[in-house]
Amino acid sequence: MTISLSDQRVLNDGRNDRLFRRGVTVAGIFVLISLFLAAAMMFKGGWDAFNTFGFRFLITENWDPVQQQFGALVPIYGTLVTSFIALLIAVPISFGIALFLTELAPHWLRLPVSSAIELLAGIPSIIYGMWGLFVLVPYLGEYVFPWIDEHMGAWPLLGVMFQGPPLGVGMGTAGLVLAIMIIPFISSVMREVFLTVPTQLKESAYALGSTTTEVVWNIVVPYTRSATIGGIFLGLGRALGETMAVTFVLGNAHRLSFSLLEPGNSIAATIANEFSEADSPMYLSSLIALGFLLFVVTFIVLSIAKLMLRSLNKREGN
Amino acid sequence: MLNQMKTSISALALAACLTFSAQAAETTGAGASFVFPAMSKWSADYNKATKNKINYQSIGSGGGIAQIKAGTVDFGSSDQPLKPADLSASGLVQFPSVMGAVVPVVNIPGVKPGSLKFTGPILADIYLGKITRWNDPAIAAVNPGVVLPDLKITVVHRSDGSGTTFNFVNYLSKVSLDWREKVGEGTSVKWPTGIGSKGNEGVAATTKQIKGAIGYVELSYAITTKMNYAAVRNRAGNFIVPSKESIKAAAASADWANAKDFSLVITDAPGAQAYPISATNFIMMKKQPKKAGKNADVLKFFDWVYANGDQSAEALGYVALPADLVAQIKAYWAANLK
Repeated sequence: MTISLSDQRVLNDGRNDRLFRRGVTVAGIFVLISLFLAAAMMFKGGWDAFNTFGFRFLITENWDPVQQQFGALVPIYGTLVTSFIALLIAVPISFGIALFLTELAPHWLRLPVSSAIELLAGIPSIIYGMWGLFVLVPYLGEYVFPWIDEHMGAWPLLGVMFQGPPLGVGMGTAGLVLAIMIIPFISSVMREVFLTVPTQLKESAYALGSTTTEVVWNIVVPYTRSATIGGIFLGLGRALGETMAVTFVLGNAHRLSFSLLEPGNSIAATIANEFSEADSPMYLSSLIALGFLLFVVTFIVLSIAKLMLRSLNKREGN
Repeated sequence: MLNQMKTSISALALAACLTFSAQAAETTGAGASFVFPAMSKWSADYNKATKNKINYQSIGSGGGIAQIKAGTVDFGSSDQPLKPADLSASGLVQFPSVMGAVVPVVNIPGVKPGSLKFTGPILADIYLGKITRWNDPAIAAVNPGVVLPDLKITVVHRSDGSGTTFNFVNYLSKVSLDWREKVGEGTSVKWPTGIGSKGNEGVAATTKQIKGAIGYVELSYAITTKMNYAAVRNRAGNFIVPSKESIKAAAASADWANAKDFSLVITDAPGAQAYPISATNFIMMKKQPKKAGKNADVLKFFDWVYANGDQSAEALGYVALPADLVAQIKAYWAANLK
């Protein structure tokens, strides 16, 4: 039987298609495999610590390399608190930047400002850390922290968060530096998604007599909500794992304190600081266990985000 | 497991390096960052003098010990000496290479550089968080004539594990029972108070940024960063400013002859002029190296260092070993290494 030219083409196309499909499948599975292997390796490396300290590893604040007693509470707490402060500051500012760029800024200004944001995102994190230590810390310690201590430290309940010595370093400073670092990420995602809002929708709203504020709140924000939240969590993911900038301004002290003016520690900073000189197997294992916990914390935070999105969508009936 | 991974990665890296320089005799070492500036200078000078290459990687004392135990480098280096039992269990020998000092640095407005004095127990109480203000009577008692402000003391310590920390807390353990019981000694410890900074440069920078801060750094860092460092009272009762002479006095008064494998920390040395927080860097070698003849290359290098490295080391803020200690080291080589 002879094969005609068109049959040959169909055969070739089919083969190419299969090859392509296999290629991209491998690429997709690669993510899953590397994720699984990373988690498994860290769990295995941290097994000694988990096994020895058990659940106490999560809830004790003791971190004593001399007595070989380790607990992860302080780094976990510090990681969550600094990232939360960062979001608290970064989200409104990023939102403003993105809205300004897409809705209000004159056209000639849009390109320079959005390029500037992308450049900010490209600055190595150690530069932010050094800027934090050499510029921000003395300023905060001299002018801002004493004021916070004096005026906000006496608040009922919340006051404990704002009491402390005016060192300039601490969890508040770390949150502030993190906020500046993640603003470029969040605002550039927000800008991109705000641009996807169909012009017809906005113009219709304007035609019905809406003000810019109303268009933003009633058209742009609802239309882009899931992508916006996705962008926020991209920034949060970066804040949770940030190492160098945080270690410069966090104070790196293994003590639990509710005050934002007091030094604390984060998971990534602890690992970066102590890994090279971790000279006993239990010490090393505890640090790897911390790495695994960072993984778990990130996973939980991202899962919560997905759940939030789902319930939002359900309420809207999508 | 991870150590294995670390080791095999560095073995790969070393193998990659070695293939590029097959002809010249290349010796590899790894360990303490304390000695890195001196090592770099020595290996450059040594290369000029003999065409032999020394490749030293500054990976930290803990890493240096792990690597020499695994035999992936020709010599390891640590600021904390290994105990003789540990050495013989791993088939290692150990000897000092160079000395330095850990100095308390302060940032107190109005206090002139070099005018402040400490005793060991005062330093321990500050780092324990028991003395919290600069005008504390205990500090004032040893600093007559110095106007001390009513300012909170902010303690700064290393956040990373370090031989500098080891020598500092080893000294505090020797002079304060409270410190020994509550904190102890090691390359990293559970600090009762204060904030942590990474590296000598980090401690120096943080101390400079915070008014009322006290930190501890290597002497060479204190000198190059022009910090206000203090004198410390030694065991003989004299207040000693850290300097080349006072470190040498500490090295000379230490009892090296009776320390098996030179396993001796020279903090709190007995000499009248000895600076009490003097530090020694140690070199570790395998008795039976994987590559025969490598030990001869290492010894040749340190032989050259003891003979020619003094000036370059001292220019960098280190102190060379006293001559009789070098003689003891050479006798030790002859007895333990073929």
